[in-house]
Amino acid sequence: METQLTINGTQHKLDLDPRTTLLDALRHHLGLTGSKKGCDHGQCGACTVMVNGRRINSCLTLACMHDGDEVTTIEGIGQPDNLSPLQQAFVSEDGFQCGYCTPGQICSATAMLEEIANGWPSHVTGELDASAELTTEEISERMSGNLCRCSAYPNIVEAIRKAAGGGA
Amino acid sequence: MRPFDYARAATSEDAARQAAEGATFIAGGTNLLDLMKLEVMAPSALVDINRLDLNQIEEADDGGLRIGALVTNSDLANDTRVRKHWPVLSRALLAGASGQLRNKATTGGNLLQRTRCLYFYDRATACNKRDPGSGCAARDGFNRILAVLGTSEHCIATHPSDMAVAMRALGAEVETLKQDGSTRRIPLGDLYLLPGDRPDRETVLEQGELIAAVTLPAPVEGRQIYRKVRDRASYAFALVSVAGIVAVSEGRITRANLAFGGLAPKPWRNAEVEDLLTGEASSDALFGKAADLLLAEAQGFGANDFKIPLARRTLVSVLRELSQEASA
Repeated sequence: METQLTINGTQHKLDLDPRTTLLDALRHHLGLTGSKKGCDHGQCGACTVMVNGRRINSCLTLACMHDGDEVTTIEGIGQPDNLSPLQQAFVSEDGFQCGYCTPGQICSATAMLEEIANGWPSHVTGELDASAELTTEEISERMSGNLCRCSAYPNIVEAIRKAAGGGA
Repeated sequence: MRPFDYARAATSEDAARQAAEGATFIAGGTNLLDLMKLEVMAPSALVDINRLDLNQIEEADDGGLRIGALVTNSDLANDTRVRKHWPVLSRALLAGASGQLRNKATTGGNLLQRTRCLYFYDRATACNKRDPGSGCAARDGFNRILAVLGTSEHCIATHPSDMAVAMRALGAEVETLKQDGSTRRIPLGDLYLLPGDRPDRETVLEQGELIAAVTLPAPVEGRQIYRKVRDRASYAFALVSVAGIVAVSEGRITRANLAFGGLAPKPWRNAEVEDLLTGEASSDALFGKAADLLLAEAQGFGANDFKIPLARRTLVSVLRELSQEASA
């Protein structure tokens, strides 16, 4: 199936078996191995990327469903010599142990902070029409789609708070 | 995944035609692809409806809302009109899944998602829903998450949606389209079939009938809450949930719309329970009677027996909160 994807600003034309997930297209066909395959069933969040600015599980969608879409992966968020504020904060706050879930955590958190900036409430937000404070409870709820089996959660929360300008 | 043909639908009628010829609709795909990877579902063809013009939320002439089938769970939860006038729906959506899944999952797909019964997912076990006539391994198995109302000897699966529970309390209707362009409106309560002896048949939709929209009636008076009880604080299906809309005037309940998740094969609503409450003064004795009536026919299967007292306590708690807030 012919599919055109813009990934991190670069256009790609792919001809894929329709069964190819967006995650497999990124990793196996384009060599973008930053996005990780954990559970492959949308439960762990290691595969999180942004499509047209929104975070999704790239393992639970077919590449051919995204013809014409713009995809941002961890490689498009920053590079070793040019880290995004969230990437820098994960390093500074030690927001990982093994690091496998980290690209998904950072893609997810990048989009999540945008959601808060756009006034999206969450399950734990007190009033649906009030803007949410970046409390530990809010960060935990909004990041519940990203698991960390090393359980680095306290430092992940701190890194997100710090990157968002909330201080440590 | 088994191989399948894939086509992008040009129009809604084209999508309905392809589905009438045997294709399966794919929208968000978050549940369908999961099931296809496990080969619990193995459609021979997919028709991708994502590019259809069904992603608008429009105000209806009667003061209600028409929600396109492709509106994502995130967009619906965050719509300022829904947050203001139908807050129970926003709350139910925000209580479901994860941020990533809500960005992909659609309104129509959420309604048609399949049960999370462990035995439906496990192809090595008997399941009348997955493999009609094979039996039900859940009845004597790990049935902690399964249903206590509306079950049959053939199936005790629950419908997993939070969104549909709120929509049921709100009196939503589903608008469908067939390949000949004909449409019909189905009250949400009539969309789902109880399992009976055919648990593989889950809705009244015909092959090729596309959900185009969900309509909500005009906002009603009363306070609204969605209470979800689950094993984890976030990102878990409901063991019991209650969507409640209650109005109180001069100490008496004037409206009690109540729908329940986690208890039954469909979002559950019992008009007799609502009639019992309406016109009465709020009291724990009254709420207890409502719970008695709701759960009169409830049947546990061992590991899920706890859901019956849990549903009672959750209902009483919700009614206390709604009647207090409303009279305050």
